[in-house]
Amino acid sequence: MAEVVRVAIRSDADIVMVRQQARVLAKELGFSASDLTLIATALSELARNIVDYAGQGEIILSLINQGGHRGLVIIARDNGPGITDIERAMQDGYSTGKGLGMGLPGTRRLMDEFEISSGMGQGTTVKVTKWAR
Amino acid sequence: MKTPILKQGPYLIASLQDELTDTDLLQLQDTLVEQVGRFRSRGVILDVTMLDVMDSFATRTLRNMVQAVSLRGAEAVIVGIRPEVAFAMVQLGLDLRLSGVQTTLDLEEALVMLDHQGQGWGRHG
Repeated sequence: MAEVVRVAIRSDADIVMVRQQARVLAKELGFSASDLTLIATALSELARNIVDYAGQGEIILSLINQGGHRGLVIIARDNGPGITDIERAMQDGYSTGKGLGMGLPGTRRLMDEFEISSGMGQGTTVKVTKWAR
Repeated sequence: MKTPILKQGPYLIASLQDELTDTDLLQLQDTLVEQVGRFRSRGVILDVTMLDVMDSFATRTLRNMVQAVSLRGAEAVIVGIRPEVAFAMVQLGLDLRLSGVQTTLDLEEALVMLDHQGQGWGRHG
C-alpha cells in the first residue's frame, strides 16, 4: 500500500480540488466522517497558505502503514519566502498575511502529528499525519 | 460556481454549494450585499448545510457577509452548520470568530427567528 497523490497548488480552485482528492484517499482507510472533515479542513488551511504566501507549491498525499497502524500523511511544500519566526507563526492569531492567523496552529490541533521546516528564502514544508482509529 | 439565491418574501436565502472556491465566496458577498438593497430585504439566510468544510477563510468571509448585511439594515442568520464541521471549527479555534453571529439548526427555525425579530419594528403596519 504505497498510494501517493501529488497535486500542484496554484489557485483557490486547487484548494477545493486537493480536498476532494484527499477525501477519496482517506475514505480507503475508513476514517470517520468527522475525521474526514478534520483532514479536509487542515488541508484547506495548508493549501491556502501556499497560495497566499508562496503563490504556488504542491501537496503530496500518501497512505502509510506503520506496523499495522494506518494513516494519511499530507506534505505541503513551497519555495516561497519562508517563515522567519516559526514560533510566532505557530501562535494563534499571529499572521503576516491576510489570514486570521489560525492556519498553522489550528492545523496542528486538527491533526495527530505536525512537523514544519522553514527558513527565510528556503520555502516552507509542513508534514502532518492523521492516524486511522 | 454561482451560489443560488432565492428571494422569499422579505428574505433572501443563499444556499452555499459544496466545492465553493474563495473567489465564489467573495462573489457571493458582493451579490448579497447588493441584493439586500435592490429587494429591500429584511433578512438574509446563509444556508451552509451543503458545506463539508468551513475553514478560516470561509468563516471570516461569512462573518464579513453577516456584518455587511447588518450594516445594510437587514438581519443575517447562518443555517445548518454540520456536526462534524462544527467540531472541526472548534478544534481550529474558529468558533469564537462567529460569536455574535446568529446561527440556527435549519431553515425553518431561521425563518421563525427572522419573523420574530421583524415584528419588533412593525413590518405589518
